[in-house]
Amino acid sequence: MKIVQGLFYTKSHEWIRVEDEEAFVGLTDYAQHELGDIVFVDMPEPGETFEAGDAFGAIESVKAASDIYIPVGGEILEGNSALEDSPELINEDPYENWIIKMKIGDEKDLDALMNASKYEAYLEEVE
Amino acid sequence: MENLKRTPLYEAHLAAGGKMVEFGGWEMPIQYKGIKEEHDAVRNHVGIFDVSHMGEVEVKGQEAGKFVNYLITNDTNRIKDGDIQYAVMCYETGGVVDDLLVYKKGENDFLLIINASNVSKDLEWMDKVLSDSGFDAQLKNISNETAEVALQGPLAEKLLQEHVAVDLSKMTFFQFKEKVEVAGVECLISRSGYTGEDGFEIYTNNVKVEKLWTNLLESGTKYNIQPCGLGARDTLRFEANLPLYGHEMSEHISPLEAGYAFCVRLDKENFIGKEALVAQKTKGLEKKVVGFEMTGKGIARAEYPVFDASGHEVGHVTTGYKSPTLEKSIGLAIVENHLSEIGQEIWIQIRKNRISANVISRKFLDKNYKH
Repeated sequence: MKIVQGLFYTKSHEWIRVEDEEAFVGLTDYAQHELGDIVFVDMPEPGETFEAGDAFGAIESVKAASDIYIPVGGEILEGNSALEDSPELINEDPYENWIIKMKIGDEKDLDALMNASKYEAYLEEVE
Repeated sequence: MENLKRTPLYEAHLAAGGKMVEFGGWEMPIQYKGIKEEHDAVRNHVGIFDVSHMGEVEVKGQEAGKFVNYLITNDTNRIKDGDIQYAVMCYETGGVVDDLLVYKKGENDFLLIINASNVSKDLEWMDKVLSDSGFDAQLKNISNETAEVALQGPLAEKLLQEHVAVDLSKMTFFQFKEKVEVAGVECLISRSGYTGEDGFEIYTNNVKVEKLWTNLLESGTKYNIQPCGLGARDTLRFEANLPLYGHEMSEHISPLEAGYAFCVRLDKENFIGKEALVAQKTKGLEKKVVGFEMTGKGIARAEYPVFDASGHEVGHVTTGYKSPTLEKSIGLAIVENHLSEIGQEIWIQIRKNRISANVISRKFLDKNYKH
């Protein structure tokens, strides 16, 4: 499974890439592999706010819907409109194709997340 | 996955990269390469499924024919020896015990194919019906020693023909033949399946099935054969409007409500559930399974509640997918009868929102059977 350095990871297999006050959130390679062919992404509206760990949308594979959880609290700035017509982009490159762009509410939330090496160890545990 | 049963092909699934899940007490492959790819293989060329988890029950004896006809809603007198009939076993209430395939070997010699997750319930029911009715017949559960492989898709005949001496072009859909050698393994083969495509279901002894599976898979390489899991089996049957027990039909959804009146012969002398089903028909159905297409964004999944324009809950989704063949978000739902007209607008609760959908024909696509 591909893991990218410099991102933060959740136990529910989301990643977050922080760029100053903004951040991008997506699904990890492990998650897209587990889900299989992704056919729809249910995204939140810009302006919606969430607490860390809240379900902010859902990923639909052929088989079923799975909630996706926001790694840190904050406000949704936009959903990735490319996923509306081509949700399979997440299968093709889960780290390039982010799901939402957000404004982080409290950077301290990041402390609770894993870095790449910790996530790698976590994956070995769950496998 | 403790205490789960495994088919004789378990190791073969692991070797082929099968992702194993629990289904009806069995450890079965949900997918190998991916549901979409497997689904497309069956629609466009050929796929092979391990369906050894299905239950098989032999019914023999002086009054086996009468017993089967009393047990099921369909009428076995309407088919010939060597034919298969789709049927339903009902409770007295008209609710469904299980749906099944009836293989008629002779007037008093039948093979019943039942759902894996219902085997023990069905056998208990059949035993009870047999002893209550007093018919002279014997039941034999051969599920544990019987394996089944389904070869499905437009190229299934071509592939299977390479391995058998019988002329498959002479078999039409829902016919079967016993004691056919397939790649040197003695089998019962039927032209049947659960995908909406042409294809064959092949039954043999557990001990021999791996040889059969390997041979078909290897010789199918030139046709781009794919091993297919339960994921594709469900999307394929759904698109073909074939019911799944526990979803479109259940103890609470009668075969009439499910829309399978063709397999309920109310003109037949007597059978279990007849009174209740006649009453349903006379009074008019209160609820019905309908097809729908989402007009708003989202995919409706089984058990999601359905609402009418004024916000009253009027039923629930029984199966829903983004159809891999049609690439549309469609589904089946059981709703109050007055909402079953084509074009009717309904609303489906998808997580936090109620999303609009229209009732459409359940004929999502044309079946590709050989008649």
